[in-house]
Amino acid sequence: MNQKQSPLLKLVKRYRLFLLTILVTLLLTIFNRDLGIKALMVSGYSIEEMASFIPPIFILLGLLDVWVPRETMVKYMGEGSGLKGIVISFVIGSAAAGPLYGAFPIAAVFMKKGVKFSNILIFIGAWSTTKIPMFLFEMSSLGAKFAITRLLIDIPGIIIMAYILSTFLSRQEIKHIQQRAESL
Amino acid sequence: MFTYFLYLVAGAFLVISYLKDPKKTKTALKKAWKSFENILPEFLGVLMLVGILLAVLNPEVISKVIGKESGWFGVIISALVGAITLIPGFVAFPTAALMLHEGAGYMQIGAFVSTLMMVGIITMPVEIKYFGKKLTILRNTLAFLFSFFVAFIIGKVMIGL
Repeated sequence: MNQKQSPLLKLVKRYRLFLLTILVTLLLTIFNRDLGIKALMVSGYSIEEMASFIPPIFILLGLLDVWVPRETMVKYMGEGSGLKGIVISFVIGSAAAGPLYGAFPIAAVFMKKGVKFSNILIFIGAWSTTKIPMFLFEMSSLGAKFAITRLLIDIPGIIIMAYILSTFLSRQEIKHIQQRAESL
Repeated sequence: MFTYFLYLVAGAFLVISYLKDPKKTKTALKKAWKSFENILPEFLGVLMLVGILLAVLNPEVISKVIGKESGWFGVIISALVGAITLIPGFVAFPTAALMLHEGAGYMQIGAFVSTLMMVGIITMPVEIKYFGKKLTILRNTLAFLFSFFVAFIIGKVMIGL
């Protein structure tokens, strides 16, 4: 595409957000040493967290892409998979580990493999709130009543939101998002 | 602990895959690397942003603003704070417990926890790359509104009808 651009310029362009945030952190450190160091420590912790959970997720993703045929994914989670598709999307999302942004690359592979769009949104929703390890942790820190109430509202909420979102988008818009996923 | 389990599963599948077809396995690893390299700039930028934001915001100050008596105003503030920041759950829940202890109300904490997990303004660059602007904004807005409903129910259940 941009063959005229030098590789370095391309790299700088791709990483512009990262470079900008490094600059802001540096400025913060100059004006307020304590805040700057705190920011660096939190970022360092988050990057460490990312480095620890990202390799297995991406390896599973690559294996899924290569080994599981499109027909199988369509059968279990595609158009016409009905309640089965909804339950499977929920279970996969809830069994996950790691922050929400880890769910997006998996969603991209699901799209490539023909998973129904509303099921992808259910998967994202489940990953964001009903993750099993997080639920156990929520029970221990905020109490069973709090955690169970939230879970019971979230399950129907996630499904309803997935359907509302799918109706908000036209067929073409969904197709466009799916095509974009192919190239990622 | 859960991460170890993830490694175990990924490792096991990788070995099985390699025994069945080394060439296909190589393709899988190449694909894995490519999709990771593709999103790495957004990941790094977002995680730096998280650091800057968490350094500036401070839970003790926030819990004063969203006390039991703060009502819907407090709910809005805590929903906003939760929507911006992205904190790993292992930090978020103890923080929420601490805020309750410091005098924050249940309804407000319900909103905070809910937007914290469902809404991610800071992670939007990553989400947009995969889902496009329209869906990302719609999803986050809807989840934000839904969190008020969650807050309302949590408030009713925890304090009593």
